[in-house]
Amino acid sequence: MITNVKVPPMITEKKLVELFHQMWLIRFFDEKVDEFFAKGLIHGTTHLCVGQEASAAGAIAVLEDRDKITSTHRGHGHCIAKGAEANRMMAELFGRETGYCRGKGGSMHIADVEKGNLGANGIVGGGIPIAVGSALTSQMKKLGYVTLCFFGDGASNEGSFHEAVNMAAIWNLPVVFICENNQYGMSGPVKDMVKVANIADRAGAYGIPGNVVDGNDIFAMMNVTHEAVERARRGEGPTLIEAKTYRWKGHSKSDAKKYRTRDEEMEWRNNRDPIERMRRVLISEGIVSEQEAAQLEADARQEIENAVKFAEESPMPPLEILEEDVYA
Amino acid sequence: MSTPRELTYLEAVRECMSQEMRVNEDVFIMGEDIGLYGGAFGVTRGMLEEFGKERVRNTPISEAAIAGAAVGAAMTGMRPIVELQFSDFITIATDQIVNQAAKNRYMFGGKGKVPLVLRTPSGSGTGAAAQHSQSLEAWMAHIPGLKVIQPSTAYDAKGLLKAAIDDDNPVIFYEHKLLYRTKGHVPEESYSLPIGKADIKRAGTDVTIVATAIMVHKALQAAVELEKEGISVEIIDPRTLVPLDIETIVESVKKTGRVVVVHEAVKRGGFGGEIASLIAESEAFDYLDAPIKRLGGKSVPIPYNPVLEKAAIPQEQDIIQAVKDTVFRR
Repeated sequence: MITNVKVPPMITEKKLVELFHQMWLIRFFDEKVDEFFAKGLIHGTTHLCVGQEASAAGAIAVLEDRDKITSTHRGHGHCIAKGAEANRMMAELFGRETGYCRGKGGSMHIADVEKGNLGANGIVGGGIPIAVGSALTSQMKKLGYVTLCFFGDGASNEGSFHEAVNMAAIWNLPVVFICENNQYGMSGPVKDMVKVANIADRAGAYGIPGNVVDGNDIFAMMNVTHEAVERARRGEGPTLIEAKTYRWKGHSKSDAKKYRTRDEEMEWRNNRDPIERMRRVLISEGIVSEQEAAQLEADARQEIENAVKFAEESPMPPLEILEEDVYA
Repeated sequence: MSTPRELTYLEAVRECMSQEMRVNEDVFIMGEDIGLYGGAFGVTRGMLEEFGKERVRNTPISEAAIAGAAVGAAMTGMRPIVELQFSDFITIATDQIVNQAAKNRYMFGGKGKVPLVLRTPSGSGTGAAAQHSQSLEAWMAHIPGLKVIQPSTAYDAKGLLKAAIDDDNPVIFYEHKLLYRTKGHVPEESYSLPIGKADIKRAGTDVTIVATAIMVHKALQAAVELEKEGISVEIIDPRTLVPLDIETIVESVKKTGRVVVVHEAVKRGGFGGEIASLIAESEAFDYLDAPIKRLGGKSVPIPYNPVLEKAAIPQEQDIIQAVKDTVFRR
């Protein structure tokens, strides 16, 4: 029985245990990807969400299966949280036939339409209007689903953000905008790029609620998202949530991180690690023991090792698919 | 048997949309001022009354959000028709058209589809000058994943728009502003014309003119004049640039041995270059009795002054001259 932590009604103790495991999966997935990039075993580029696990896992935890998400170029966590298989994701990064996009999309373009994941997006802010369109379908066809729209602090300065939020607001669309403010748009510190104290303050300009939340606290993420999703489902329109978080890694693989200090990084890693914070709560609430927590972590690590094996053993896509699927 | 009736190009577009919306709940229109106002050119006039504001959806002035919302709606089961007020505004919606709509099926590994139509008035001749008069179809034709349609008659507009609405891909549908008021025979019933099938607008034997949109009409007038001088002109209207019916063009060139390609868009980098290259690469090359001639707009933004505006794009006299240069070449 959870006593000292507030959770939304659909979050059972079993679900909490799954979420803890899921956050480890997200972390180990991206750490493994980081390792393979460093070794030159994966080509292209990638954007890792290590340190941001709670916003993806927490927000998506309160969704129903029918609900949809749009994601960003830092989207591995959102994909896993929405039910994507680590095997097929890793295979995609390896460019294999068994990957989610048959090796045509790579890290920035993983989608899992059947599971309601309308896609990661290589364009900053590109997914925001798409989420609004998805919400429009739900409203017009009375389907009752909600679309969660993830984007970063950098995207909140794109025109697509302002246009799309305004449009969703005037039409009361069932969409929840979640800005994962990880403090940097590539090398640009948010404090240099945004004049308002909080990106969520911009909600007022569109006549919708705006909430700031500790994005490294999975419980806070679940509660604030649940409230926004319920509001959207009632037909009361969108909410803008700003999850304050931090990416432990650089923007992408070639980032020397000159724009921030080692002290700052250590502060977030040592004192605000979202997984460690959840672990402490689960243990203090008696939901898992120290040993069980360690086992969940070890299981996740093994799953990612299995995903790597799956990817490595998967075939390359045949050349014949090069010109397939340009058109439906 | 219904009596043949005439509709304007604009009415043909409207009739098509109305007929499709009556039979398919998933089809809706979205755009700036398309509600009570009836759209900048009056294409949607009266549709709000029949279909209501949910399905004739007046939007804020937000081209990126309009196009992007159409992508999201199309991905999740709707068949949106976007009216983009002027084709010049594609520039503001480009990410959603080029990076999202066109690519998402391919980059997601063949999952999903994006059945959306983006209708947009294009071309000069209205005195609206540089930012409301461009012909940018070659931009869109360059992008894999998009289909590009440019109807020149009311009949083609209605039939091709239905095909576009039924298509599971993003389709850019260019409507020429000066053609909106032109009339032609249009059947009352719903009908579809194949996307990727050119139309022979006039049969002839001496020279082929490949013309698009309003240039089809200028070429037809030119052909009448040329006929008087004993030159028989065949006019091919590709109607759809992507996919392009190159076979019909090649067959015509093989027959006539001479070809003039004409479009309103700026000649440099224009789609005429693509057509000319495809002809040169085809077996029609061996049948050519003269170099392929290209006519297009001058490399200038469309100017305001009516004399300058007219001079910026090919006119009937230019086509006549180009044909003569081609036919009388020694």
